[in-house]
Amino acid sequence: MTDTLSNRASPDADTQLDIYRRMLRIERNDEFTRAQIRQGRIHAPYYSARGQECIPAGISALLNDDDKICTIYRGIQDMVAKNMPLRPLWAEICGRVDGTCKGKGGPMHLTHPETGVMVTTGIVGSSMPIANGFGWAALLDGTKQVTVAYFGDGASNIGAFHEALNLASVWKLPVIFVCANNGFAEHTRFENGTGVDQISKRAIGYGMPGYTVDGNDPIDVYAHAHAAIERARAGEGPTLLECKTFRFMGHVFGDNDAYMTKEEKAAALEKDPLPLFRQKLIDDGIATEEQLEKMKADIEAEVKDAIDFAMNCEFPSDDELRRDVFAEEIPA
Amino acid sequence: MSTDTVEMVKMNGLQAINAALMEAMEADEKVLVLGEDIADNEGGGVVGVTKGLSTKFGTMRVKSTPISEQAIIGAAIGAAMAGYKPVAEIMLMNFTTVAMDMIVNHAAKLRFMSGGQSQVPMVIRTLTGAGNQTAGQHADFYEAWFAHTAGIKVVIPWTPADFKGLYLSAIQDPDPVMIIESGKTLFVPMDTPANQGPIPLGKANVVMPGTDLTLVSYGQMMFSVMQAVEELGKAGVSVEVIDLRTVSPWDKETVLASAEKTGRLLVVHEAGRNFGPGAEIAATVQEELFGKLKAPVGRLGAPYCSVPFAKKLEDAFLVQPPEIVAEAKRLAAMG
Repeated sequence: MTDTLSNRASPDADTQLDIYRRMLRIERNDEFTRAQIRQGRIHAPYYSARGQECIPAGISALLNDDDKICTIYRGIQDMVAKNMPLRPLWAEICGRVDGTCKGKGGPMHLTHPETGVMVTTGIVGSSMPIANGFGWAALLDGTKQVTVAYFGDGASNIGAFHEALNLASVWKLPVIFVCANNGFAEHTRFENGTGVDQISKRAIGYGMPGYTVDGNDPIDVYAHAHAAIERARAGEGPTLLECKTFRFMGHVFGDNDAYMTKEEKAAALEKDPLPLFRQKLIDDGIATEEQLEKMKADIEAEVKDAIDFAMNCEFPSDDELRRDVFAEEIPA
Repeated sequence: MSTDTVEMVKMNGLQAINAALMEAMEADEKVLVLGEDIADNEGGGVVGVTKGLSTKFGTMRVKSTPISEQAIIGAAIGAAMAGYKPVAEIMLMNFTTVAMDMIVNHAAKLRFMSGGQSQVPMVIRTLTGAGNQTAGQHADFYEAWFAHTAGIKVVIPWTPADFKGLYLSAIQDPDPVMIIESGKTLFVPMDTPANQGPIPLGKANVVMPGTDLTLVSYGQMMFSVMQAVEELGKAGVSVEVIDLRTVSPWDKETVLASAEKTGRLLVVHEAGRNFGPGAEIAATVQEELFGKLKAPVGRLGAPYCSVPFAKKLEDAFLVQPPEIVAEAKRLAAMG
């Protein structure tokens, strides 16, 4: 059995608008990224999270700047939601020296400690064991900081998931394990690779709360994230959130979706959370059409500025091969 | 420093590591220790290296863990990136195989892949070595794997003084360091300076000067090397013995200077000879000193098989002093 919330926190009007702004920034950034790749202006492996915007947006609305995230190769949405500035993000995607990682990490490995983006791993499952270390440090420091470990449904089947959740539970770490269950582990359907119908049920085995969340409903994400973050800040330990969602653009850019039916994808697109939430904000009188159009224009301007900035940055010098291997530069 | 002012005490490697950890934790509250069975409730470590630490520094800084090597290294990485200096124990070197993703893909690479934003100042302690009939999954020397991985340093001390000094340096090093403790080196008492301070990583120790042959080794194999050198001395072969101490980055300068002087080099290690550290050292020395050597570089290491159980086979598997003597004599007779 999976857990249900006893108290549901709900975001006020300003917070809902803030969540929408984060979602829109993720979606616009993703759209421009795919366009740049399609046009051949950048060459990079890209794992779009189109359709999954609610999850990091709803969670990040509850995080402080000094709260940390550890994410994965499909993780730019998590960084954008955490307010990572787009100029260094784009410079990194473009492999330029002004990128967050000086062009040495790329889109699968962005890092930006100032906004709490601590690790982005290209290895399925590896965000979780490292997130525990930040949790341990927060306990030692005596802060109320929390760390979010993002991963996908596929990662819930790798050993790191088991080891990390068990340790977090035993050590009562302030870590929130957020599984974006988009129904596919790369190309394999959830039910063909996972022996349980809800990943949240696995939380029972670790002695922590586990919730299945509507990952396409920002209000539901917010309510569950609120409970998990409060629990972590109170020193009561970790929580597993399984956020059910859909991946509109396949596993990797260029994916032909051969493993799903057209009907299935069309049905999912019908429930695209972005326009639905936009309409809700208007219907509830939280925002006007004009306000949201202005928001969109501002975000697009930010993304375009970041792309222009990135395209004009230098590529890293070959000396970078000898730098950052160790703290001390390797002699030429 | 003159020797008469240094107070010497008898201690073994185990006591030296314990002293280093005590001293480091006392001096710097950012130093943490974690691993299976390491707290005093669990006996202070399977061979007692961490005895007393949790009682003195508390179980928030000295944490026993479940048998979860990925979780151990992962927690150490995160804590290190958050400003701590964790010393993570992987009980035996063969168990690093179940934490390879964390060690190789993350601990070693995060500084580079983040363009220098991430620092992972952690130590991985691990014990290994054949000679106790533990067979193929508890005794391997895999230092070459980690030496081949950019971003992690690999240290294999022999003497208790080196254990203390190299641990003190490794704990304060800004990068990940793996320290491999080999069986005998933990238990054989040796004269050790009572106040042994830090010894820099990456510096070999010329244990004994000589003129006919340079012999490079490290870890518990140094015991066999020293036995062999005694025999060689009686046979009139003058050997310059170098304890490498740090396998990566290795002290090329010291080894090259010695090999140039003697004209002959023999590398001896417990790790497999195929693609072992000896191959890298031999290749470098031959590149740098081609034409100046009197003999091809010799390499002794384990044969291409797993560590065997039966005592007879285990003895045959390990490089023994008579083999070292024979190979040294063969090389010394050349040129």
